[in-house]
Amino acid sequence: MKLSNIMSRQNRILLRELVVTDFKLRYQGSVLGYVWSLLKPLMLFAIMFVVFVHFLRFGAGVPHFAVSLLLGIILWSFFTESTTQGMQAIVGRGDLIRKINFPKYIIVISGTISALINLVLNLIVVFVFMLFDGVHFTWSLLLFPVTLFVIYSFSLGIAFFLAAAYVKYRDISHLWEVFLQGLFYATPIIYPLQMVVSIGGQFAAQLLMLSPIAVLFQLARAQVVGHEHTITADQLFSNPIYLALPYVIVAGTIVLATVYFRKSQKYFAERV
Amino acid sequence: MSDKKEVAISVKNLHKTFKLPHEQHSGLKQLLVSVLNRNRKKGYELQHVLKGLDFDIEEGDFFGIVGRNGSGKSTLLKTLAGIYSPEKGAVQINGTLVPFIELGVGFNPELTGRENVFLNGALLGFSRDEMSAMYDDIVKFAELEKFMDQKLKNYSSGMQVRLAFSIAIRADADILLLDEVLAVGDEAFQRKCVNYFSDLKKNKKTVILVTHDMSSVRKFCNKAILIDKGVVIAQGDPNEVADSYSKQFIANNQTSIKKKHRFGTGEVIYDNMQYDLSDDIFKLEFDIINKTDQAYSDVTMGFDFCVNDEIVIGNDTRFIGKYKNGLKLDAHQRKHLVVKFKNDFGKHQFTLNANITTGLGMNVTDYMRSALQFDSNNVRYADAWKVLSHPEIIEVEEGR
Repeated sequence: MKLSNIMSRQNRILLRELVVTDFKLRYQGSVLGYVWSLLKPLMLFAIMFVVFVHFLRFGAGVPHFAVSLLLGIILWSFFTESTTQGMQAIVGRGDLIRKINFPKYIIVISGTISALINLVLNLIVVFVFMLFDGVHFTWSLLLFPVTLFVIYSFSLGIAFFLAAAYVKYRDISHLWEVFLQGLFYATPIIYPLQMVVSIGGQFAAQLLMLSPIAVLFQLARAQVVGHEHTITADQLFSNPIYLALPYVIVAGTIVLATVYFRKSQKYFAERV
Repeated sequence: MSDKKEVAISVKNLHKTFKLPHEQHSGLKQLLVSVLNRNRKKGYELQHVLKGLDFDIEEGDFFGIVGRNGSGKSTLLKTLAGIYSPEKGAVQINGTLVPFIELGVGFNPELTGRENVFLNGALLGFSRDEMSAMYDDIVKFAELEKFMDQKLKNYSSGMQVRLAFSIAIRADADILLLDEVLAVGDEAFQRKCVNYFSDLKKNKKTVILVTHDMSSVRKFCNKAILIDKGVVIAQGDPNEVADSYSKQFIANNQTSIKKKHRFGTGEVIYDNMQYDLSDDIFKLEFDIINKTDQAYSDVTMGFDFCVNDEIVIGNDTRFIGKYKNGLKLDAHQRKHLVVKFKNDFGKHQFTLNANITTGLGMNVTDYMRSALQFDSNNVRYADAWKVLSHPEIIEVEEGR
């Protein structure tokens, strides 16, 4: 994995073909085809909106919570999809790995890219919702792509780690599934962070905001619906160590995952 | 012009060992167990497949690698292709290399022929534009003009191989690795392969051919090595190497008599096995007997056909739709069965290893090595095992 040829011509060709193939195969045989990747999060959103916002009154008094909820669900779908698909990428393409030598990270990247395509399509829906909900656009929206990039990098890092570990320990997939379920509830997605502050107090909210996913999701929401409606990490912590910690976790994950993946990739063909 | 040729591939003291886990399950439990039991028995066996190979392949060589099944030649090929990394020693490659461990790598049955061409092409390093430029030629050569928009799963195996081969021969690399590519397809296809080989030889490409077929070694190769149990035991002139290869079998034949025996748990066994060979059909007639008080619903019969004591082709009843989940047998029941194979056995002296298993292949209840011998004399295929991997079972009749 020399840095210079990470995206060499040959690798780009291969990545493109793998992504296109994934894309074609995903919704093959379904009538609505790719519309499903838009419909799924929307339906999920509808259910959660009815249950949590309409009946349980989560987010009451928080302006534009519906948009926040939709954005949260879409980002979360991306996170689960990219990490799960990335995890299964190496094992799923075992037939290729056993017969031809090519950079293995390409497969992991291709697994996350189809999730990224979904995310971009879904963000169009969020945008439409924003218009309907009368969200005021602010300059901070311009920083939203940067936040997305960090979320993507973090997901990719996790995917690299999981993909390599999954070749050796197939239990990882079950473990990850449970972990994701836990993380879903530990992240302010279906409930606003304001609710945590008012019920559990400042400390509970601070605890949740040590998770990079919570920090990044809140930041993304603040950039989209406005800082005055979303509690971000800098409103909770004054100590810069706590502010930096999530980003250190992100960077550390990426570095360690890359090292681990590079170390184990030469045995993929034998073990997969 | 200089006579000195460049070295295309240099192999130095190459070692490769595989860890074979005793249990197939790979999981955290195993990790925990192996951590806790560090001092006890290890959970895997080490298999030393390549034990220090040394050889050079020069530019423009047509290099044959021969050896019996299990000699390590496929591992060597995969190591040369960079799929496995050497454990000790080194493989140095000068130039671009394209391996054909199998034709049609990455072919997906759910994609159309056309889509598969582009996917397979990308794996060989061709861009969309390059593939588009070659596309018509590929399709024409494969003779599949009318089928390209159909899904690959609707292709016959012959059509798939033709398509894969047409793409493969476009590969423009300095070094080509071919693993028994000739082992598939009908006669017309094999002729195409031979032409392709002749072209490669004419164009002074560096080709490494791994094969069982000594006639191709003699015909195409200018150098060859014979490996056995992970070491090179003969190298140099292809004719001499091919002779040593053939001698291995004669030597092996004399010892094979000792191995003739029968084993298994004895729960379900064969009785009265007979055969009848006609031009079209190889008919096998036998009884199976359940010796226990227990009924089985998942009995499978397997048939391996051997030439010179090596299994070359085989099939079992699970591949017949009706017996996919096994055959039912009541307690103490005796059942008479007739299994008819299509006679594509070529011209060989075969011995048959017949087995019965329960639990869909898990539990061997009867294994008869050299249950019977027969001389097939079908001239349609000279070497059956290069054409077939499974001798086709036409039907199974159940009596009583």
